[in-house]
Amino acid sequence: MTVVKSEQLPLQSSTDVVAARQRVRQIATELRFTLVDQTKLVTAASELARNALDHGGGGQMSIVVVNGLAKTGLKLIFEDHGPGIPDIEAALKDGFTTGAGMGLGLGGSKRLVNEFAIESVVGKGTKVTVVRWK
Amino acid sequence: MSKLGEIISRNEEHIRADWMKHLTASVQRADLMSKVELEEQSKALLSAIVRGMSSGQTEDPSGPAWSSARELLQDISASRARQGFTPSETSMFVLSLKQPFFSVIRREFAGNQDEMFDAIWKCTLCLDKLSLITAETFLATREELISRQQQELLELSTPVVKLWDGILALPIIGTLDSSRTQVVMEELLQTVVATNSKFAIIDITGVPTVDTLVAQHLLKTITAARLMGAECIISGVRPQIAQTIVHLGINLEDVITKAKLADAFALALQKSGKTVVRASAAANGSATVNATVQKEG
Amino acid sequence: MERIPILRMGPFLLITIQVDMHDKLAMQLQDDVAQRISDWGSAGVLIDISSLEIVDSFIGRMLANIAAMSRVLGADTVVVGMQPAVAITLVELGMSLPGVRTALNVESGMELLYGTLGTSLGGAHDRSEV
Repeated sequence: MTVVKSEQLPLQSSTDVVAARQRVRQIATELRFTLVDQTKLVTAASELARNALDHGGGGQMSIVVVNGLAKTGLKLIFEDHGPGIPDIEAALKDGFTTGAGMGLGLGGSKRLVNEFAIESVVGKGTKVTVVRWK
Repeated sequence: MSKLGEIISRNEEHIRADWMKHLTASVQRADLMSKVELEEQSKALLSAIVRGMSSGQTEDPSGPAWSSARELLQDISASRARQGFTPSETSMFVLSLKQPFFSVIRREFAGNQDEMFDAIWKCTLCLDKLSLITAETFLATREELISRQQQELLELSTPVVKLWDGILALPIIGTLDSSRTQVVMEELLQTVVATNSKFAIIDITGVPTVDTLVAQHLLKTITAARLMGAECIISGVRPQIAQTIVHLGINLEDVITKAKLADAFALALQKSGKTVVRASAAANGSATVNATVQKEG
Repeated sequence: MERIPILRMGPFLLITIQVDMHDKLAMQLQDDVAQRISDWGSAGVLIDISSLEIVDSFIGRMLANIAAMSRVLGADTVVVGMQPAVAITLVELGMSLPGVRTALNVESGMELLYGTLGTSLGGAHDRSEV
């Protein structure tokens, strides 16, 4: 993929989460994603941003416009330096919560995007990368 | 600049002429592209390749010095895919550069077998990688074309029909896979909002098989409609389908199903608080019988 | 701090959510609804989300919580006006909001609430012709 444009936003408060998803909405609109695709991507962004904040102790989101072989897409990267996720498989299952409830966030977001990748190291942090193609 | 790069660069004009001779003899496709266009494309691509080779990274076309060559190649490949060239013709465009390159290498390295072999090997690696890029771009473009056409077909084949005020019908013909379900859901839900319809009858008479996946897709549609405040009724359930559903243990507890569309329509009318009554005979004595739909209470 | 306004319409509460809510605002709304039902003895809550372009799992849970909590306090809840794209996304996310009643718009939502009200009061409850 070639990178066309990229931006970074902080995720340190619940208003940051709203700002982040609104920015994703803006860029997705500029790129002319369909309404349903936009909604799915923005919703996934909201879930993952909130996870980074609530479970990761805060972090940041990067928005990258990418060019695939014959298509354009939006890539979002959520990084935090929190406790990490010990059992990723389990976390991806719907309904999984760690008390405060990650609930549907992770597994659900996976269904809302075309590509999903997660790296997490206990004690170091988590990084979730998602892509939605136009 | 490496020796190979320098040699290629010095002989660019000669290589181009040689290449054109080869191209017009084999892969021209005059029906799809004029000679002038072909010459222009070749010239531009060769320049870009020479530039790449003249940089330090002769055999690795993935570096920054090769970016214009790569982009050019991708453009050429994508446009050929759209124009109707075959994948072979498109790959051959790049691969046919081998002969002109090798001729030059043989001449320049004459007498020095080891260096000659090295140069040929580097050259081959490079051109092979470029032709892979060509092939992949070609495929990706074709796939994107096909999927766009599929999408258009899908949209055409799922009409949403208004049966009555507040009652819609959605006859599905053919298989229901996940991409079709997306289209169906969007069509249906948008029409629900536009027509303010509380009921949607999904008729599956034309759906050949209902397995767990199809059932899931149907359930997704029904759930989405429900979230918006509309109720779905499934009709057209054939006996075999009913058996399959039970067999597979698919849970349709919260879903109303009817064997016939007519029954579903009657139910929707009833739930809307409406009934069908026979109109009285016309005043002038001729017995015109029309059914009219009245709203109750 | 800003709050989502809650209007009183006879026996019911009407809440129109028009802003992109951050989590704290959503939690505040839950608290306020419970308080108001208690203060005014409301029999129903109508939540209009026709302006919401995003309903993620947090907001989905908020809606479910409001419905459940209101029921415990003796009130019915109806959520109206969910946008198609939002409904499709929620379903894909895996939320079906089982305990939440829904209607197409405020008008039908009110009908539903009046209907239930009629039943719970044992019948005779006058309502305007629709």
